[in-house]
Amino acid sequence: MSEAVIRVAGLGKSYLTAAGLFPALKGVDLTIQRGEFVAIMGPSGSGKSTFMNLLGCLDTPSTGDYFLVERNVAHMPGDELAILRNRTIGFVFQGFNLLPRMTLEDNVALPLVYSGIGREARRGKGRQMLARVGLDGYAQSLPARISGGQQQRVAIARALINSPRLILADEPTGNLDSHTSEEIMALFEQLNAEGITIVLVTHEADIAAHARRQVRFLDGFIVSDTATPVSERQPC
Amino acid sequence: MLSAMLGEAWHAMGCNRMRTALTMLGMVIGVGSVVLMLAIGQGAQYAVAQTISTMGSNLYILISGSTSTSGVRTGSGFGPTLNVADAEAISELDDITHVAPVHQGTQQLVYGAKNWSTTVVGTTPSYLDARAWTLTSGYAFGESDVRSASRVALIGKTAAENLFDREDPIGKTIRIRQTPFVIIGTLAAKGQNLDGRDQDDTVIIPLTTAQRKVFGVPFAGSVRTIILQASSAEAMPAVEKSVTALLRQRHRLREDMDNDFYIRNLAAAADSAAETTRVMSLLLGAIASVSLLVGGIGIMNIMLVSVTERTREIGIRMAIGARQKDILTQFLLEAIMISIAGCLIGLLLGIGGALLINAITDMVIVISGGAVIVAFAVAAGVGVFFGFYPARKAAALDPIEALRYQ
Ligand SMILES: Nc1ncnc2c1ncn2[C@@H]1O[C@H](COP(=O)(O)OP(=O)(O)OP(=O)(O)O)[C@@H](O)[C@H]1O
Ligand SMILES: [Mg+2]
Repeated sequence: MSEAVIRVAGLGKSYLTAAGLFPALKGVDLTIQRGEFVAIMGPSGSGKSTFMNLLGCLDTPSTGDYFLVERNVAHMPGDELAILRNRTIGFVFQGFNLLPRMTLEDNVALPLVYSGIGREARRGKGRQMLARVGLDGYAQSLPARISGGQQQRVAIARALINSPRLILADEPTGNLDSHTSEEIMALFEQLNAEGITIVLVTHEADIAAHARRQVRFLDGFIVSDTATPVSERQPC
Repeated sequence: MLSAMLGEAWHAMGCNRMRTALTMLGMVIGVGSVVLMLAIGQGAQYAVAQTISTMGSNLYILISGSTSTSGVRTGSGFGPTLNVADAEAISELDDITHVAPVHQGTQQLVYGAKNWSTTVVGTTPSYLDARAWTLTSGYAFGESDVRSASRVALIGKTAAENLFDREDPIGKTIRIRQTPFVIIGTLAAKGQNLDGRDQDDTVIIPLTTAQRKVFGVPFAGSVRTIILQASSAEAMPAVEKSVTALLRQRHRLREDMDNDFYIRNLAAAADSAAETTRVMSLLLGAIASVSLLVGGIGIMNIMLVSVTERTREIGIRMAIGARQKDILTQFLLEAIMISIAGCLIGLLLGIGGALLINAITDMVIVISGGAVIVAFAVAAGVGVFFGFYPARKAAALDPIEALRYQ
């Protein structure tokens, strides 16, 4: 059974700059099926983050259409996009983006505040998610007290809390050393094995090798789209 | 959802205690001063109303002037122009309930080894009726006492306390100018009058006795003042006209001559005193409201800083699913909580200040529930009003821009 979680057609995004309209994304077509694990690569400035922000419903496209689970979200009003960000998508950032003054369990459970879940249920779910990323016992810590790798795990736990179909990660290992990066990638592989669709941006080939499909960007276009046969995948 | 938001707002307030406290201070001072000023203003109004109620209602006071002939004023020595017969004639007029001629002055009271200087009022029994003055013990003197110039006296609370301590004054004999007077009644306390004089520092004796034994008037029967009471407030203008006409006729004043007496409307004086204090309390409230406004602007200022400072946080919240109205609610709640907390503290301080002033001065302070509720509502309103702009600014942020903000 195959179901397109993401289908974009002629997706383009231009930014208004001092020098005029700057096209960062120039018409991209891509379909990602349920359960896929896709790595997006390409040089700096090729439009990867622009693309991810569109996929994550954080931004709206200038041209083209974006079907998220068969619904066109290209022209959705802001509040409906917010609900999609809350329920359907989990976003993981390079800089972790945890709220520094909140405990880890509150950070992880924060999306539930916007799903209208009560305090006790939130706390319980938050701790459960922390355990899932291997951080049980850290519920009451503050983000500044734990390592970068652990912070990224917390961010992943937060992305997972509403059981999204899709996890989007823009250079999730960009701020981590190679050993920690491998641990994070192992976590992503495990989540993917559980059926969650994952799209991540990376500059490093060995990180991209964890994915089963590599999409390469250049200058606002997709220039290659290759699947890694299971046999060629690096052992972890 | 709302409870989660309240928790968040509480948390945010706690994160920057010093700043929250300083922001609140604006509200504290604003609400505190409004409550205190309203209490002082209402206290003044209450005090004036109290005083007015002790004066007696619908009163006129006639004061003798000087006789003047074609602009040349005759000096003193001719004595007062009013007399007891005038008073009796006035009491025959319509719409007049009580008339009392009054001769008063300051005299030394002596009781045993103690003495006390007080206002001695020589008058007729109608005086007590006109001024609605009751006795706490004993009985008042009657017309016969006035006719026979009895040496009896009614004593006010202050004079009694100073002369007798805790002794019962009834039946005691005091001396005024060597003349012995038996005290037959004690007067109920009235407090201060509009000029701030203690109305209870007095002794009331029959007019005839006062004139013969105490003041020694050269023209027997003439008095400096007559007080009269109209039957109603509506009747007052008519009474003023008829009394003036009667006196001019009795004093044989020609058309071109000025009155040789003054007629003063005590109710009008009371009204103007009440109006003065009303305006004063409005002014006090208005001045205090300015500080409330300044407090509100302080909240807006801090909330704007807070929105800028927390731009990234707003971006993160939006990225994980906060809608615009969630962000709006969050910042609005924070502003309202700060202003309500400031308001509560301000209320306590304002009420505390009022009680303190009550305790250490004899100023009357009235704290009304209405003023408290108004202050509270205004504070919450200030929170919403001045919190709305920063909150809207936060809610209108673009998630991507906000996330990029360093
Ligand atoms: N808000 C913006 N306003 C103007 N130009 C922008 C904006 N965001 C991105 N760009 C431009 O769009 C282009 C693509 O940017 P994008 O961030 O998508 O690149 P990227 O592939 O993610 O690069 P990197 O690997 O460095 O993260 C760049 O040239 C960038 O300067
Ligand atoms: Mg990028």
